[in-house]
Amino acid sequence: MKITQVLKAVATAGALALFMASAAQAVTLNLGNGSEPGSIDPHKASGDWENRIVGELFEGLAAEDIHAQPIPGQAESWTISDDGLVYTFKIRADAKWSDGQPVVAQNWVDAFQRLFDPKTAADYAYLQYPIKNSAKIGSGEITDFSQLGVKAIDDKTLEITLESPTPYFIGALTHYTAYPIRKDIIEKFGDQWTQPENIVGNGPYKLVEWVPGSYLRGVKSDTYYGKDSLKIDEIKWDNTEDLTAALNRYRAGELDILTDFPADQYKFLQDNYPGQAHVAPFLGIYYYVLNQEKPPLDNVNIRKALSISVLRDVIGPDVLGTGELPAYGWVPPGTGNYEGEQYLPDWSKEPYDQRVEEAKKLMADAGYTPDKPLKLQLRYNTNENHQRIAVAIADMWKQIGVEVELFNAETAVHYDALRAGDFNVGRAGWLLDYDDASNTLDLLKSGVKQGDTMNWGNNYGRFSDPKYDALLDQASKELDLVKRAALLHEAEKLAMDQFAAIPIYWYVSKNVVSPKITGFEDNAKDINRVRWMSKSE
Amino acid sequence: MLGYALRRVLTAIPIVLLTITVCFFILRLAPGGPFDGERALPPDQLRNIRAYYHLDEPLVMQFFRYVAGVAQGNFGPSMVMKDFTVARLIGIGLPFTLMLGFTAFIVGTVAGLVAGAIAAVNQNRWPDYLLVFVVLIPIIIPNFLMANVVQLVFGVYLHWLPVGGYTPGAWLNLVLPVLILAMPHGARVARLTRGSMIEVLGTNYIRTARSKGLGARLILARHAIKPALIPVVSYLGPGLSYLLTGSLVVEQVFALPGIGKYFITAALNRDYGVVLGTTILYVFIILALNLIVDVVYAWLDPKVRFR
Repeated sequence: MKITQVLKAVATAGALALFMASAAQAVTLNLGNGSEPGSIDPHKASGDWENRIVGELFEGLAAEDIHAQPIPGQAESWTISDDGLVYTFKIRADAKWSDGQPVVAQNWVDAFQRLFDPKTAADYAYLQYPIKNSAKIGSGEITDFSQLGVKAIDDKTLEITLESPTPYFIGALTHYTAYPIRKDIIEKFGDQWTQPENIVGNGPYKLVEWVPGSYLRGVKSDTYYGKDSLKIDEIKWDNTEDLTAALNRYRAGELDILTDFPADQYKFLQDNYPGQAHVAPFLGIYYYVLNQEKPPLDNVNIRKALSISVLRDVIGPDVLGTGELPAYGWVPPGTGNYEGEQYLPDWSKEPYDQRVEEAKKLMADAGYTPDKPLKLQLRYNTNENHQRIAVAIADMWKQIGVEVELFNAETAVHYDALRAGDFNVGRAGWLLDYDDASNTLDLLKSGVKQGDTMNWGNNYGRFSDPKYDALLDQASKELDLVKRAALLHEAEKLAMDQFAAIPIYWYVSKNVVSPKITGFEDNAKDINRVRWMSKSE
Repeated sequence: MLGYALRRVLTAIPIVLLTITVCFFILRLAPGGPFDGERALPPDQLRNIRAYYHLDEPLVMQFFRYVAGVAQGNFGPSMVMKDFTVARLIGIGLPFTLMLGFTAFIVGTVAGLVAGAIAAVNQNRWPDYLLVFVVLIPIIIPNFLMANVVQLVFGVYLHWLPVGGYTPGAWLNLVLPVLILAMPHGARVARLTRGSMIEVLGTNYIRTARSKGLGARLILARHAIKPALIPVVSYLGPGLSYLLTGSLVVEQVFALPGIGKYFITAALNRDYGVVLGTTILYVFIILALNLIVDVVYAWLDPKVRFR
């Protein structure tokens, strides 16, 4: 053999080895996931950091596309009856569980029965309450689960019947509470069924490791129908509770995506990592609740004075530093099924000085001046950003004759006090569960009498107007989406004109995305499924 | 000695029972519960959840249910980490915490002892001044800030070490966390060693040893080190227990497994089972360390043995 031949052979072998090595090198997405997941059981999960994991391990009848809009998932198609009540789903023939078994309609029957079973104690079961008889099963009123509006017609046909037409129902099916489960696996392993050695899912990835406090790891599932189009082989969901440390890890190249970052680093990121910090509108509202059950905030003029004297334009850009948009209404911009113009009160267009003068006058009419101020307690849950906003707003209120006492407490104590009605002004926030205007408007519905007590739900301020309740009720029965939206707009205006609460800003999502990652599209739900992403080295 | 140790172990039982009782009831007196979050749960849902965790039973009955469970080694479920039992959480976190804590303990103690002894021998000369200054740094600067600085320097700028995260076997990921944990501990040991060594070196029997012509090194090794260690040893017990339980910041900053975080977060989240489980564990650690310290005392100082 000539020396050139030897060289050629060596070169070929070398190239081959190199090729094989690079082929064997799995593409891993290192995702800074935020908090530690409390549960990845679809019926017990409750946070977006859990959704980011559960939504890769399971897939519902409908899934999210790259913009988080619903697309066919495990169901390849569906039909809806003319009255909007009966949905018939055709399940994909090639849908399989990670242990190779076919996905069948019965998996959803089992899942929904488990979701509503009082014994499961699922936090978010109410999100699927549009389904017929679900609320009654959840409350224990109906014990015969076969009365639930979810039926398997055959292995690949599922029929879901609703209580009333629900325009956002397909969207709600992308939520993890609507994922199928394997009853046999749960019965076999009990509470431990979500551990990596036991779990069986039907999503694009399967869980192989879970080290609490540190990370979870998932690998591509061989049985997923779309496995060939997955560009990411492995996902490592890293715990990034400490945001500053997470940013350090990102800067060192250890993480590809951060799902949050410290607000005070936004400027630094824009200057040093241009285009990598993504700040985008997000379906959520940050607001103050006003206790309207007792004086002085039962007086609508005082509520008005408080609301119009808040200079919202400085909160996002200056107090927080991340450019949150000022909120004057109750439904976040971009919310689905909400055709029509966004609510914007006339006073919001007036110059701030003029608003302050008007607020001063309203306060003086109610008998309060800077010399004889109204004393209010402002409660918030302990958090640096909440504190900064509270201090800024307390200062804005000082000029109109309101003396604010700031009171902070840990989250559990704070919400306990709000629920008990033990406050004047309280900080609250709401991220939409599903993309529909009714989700925030329901927050201001009157309480429901239960036995001797009133259940006010999340309506901490206890705003109550029968006309508002009637509008929402009418809207829930309206099939025509445009007419329905008009009713909801009317309700929003009614509540906001009475200053039912003080909206402060619309939330934004904050992500940092490495230039190596493609397929990450900012969207109002801040849901970015890994199946659409790819990573270049 | 054995009888002494056994007696100490037996007295631990009422202490543990008392701790459980006090902790159980104080925890329930605190306002707010594990299911008070940003969203109010519908009352039916809340009732279901409370029934699931037996929170709807009378408190006394819950208490006996819990104690009976503990007696059988069942510490109940976590109400926040819903996919885990308290025993499993501690089972995964504890070995890691022990490994990290002991490594930092050994590194810090050895470094502190050596540095303290060198400073004492060179009292009021430059090594002493240097040490007195250097050991102040980790005591003054809070560890979350220090952790951020070492992450930036060694990880982001120099690229010598991983900034954070962990996978089994990746020991390089543990260098910075151990450093951050060991520094304040080592600094305290160094200060204590220096102080007590200076005191011992000024005593009459050291002067006697010196006057009979023993070499400086021999005096140090044979006569000075052992008595100088007594105050240091009494600090090592609490010092180790702090390393084993106070690792919250290090765990969060470096995204490591461990039980340090549960001491804080479980209490804030009202995760009753985890708070009780970790408290019981902490009591055991403290009792065990106190016992070990007492035994080491007896070895170091004959006066303790005969008392």
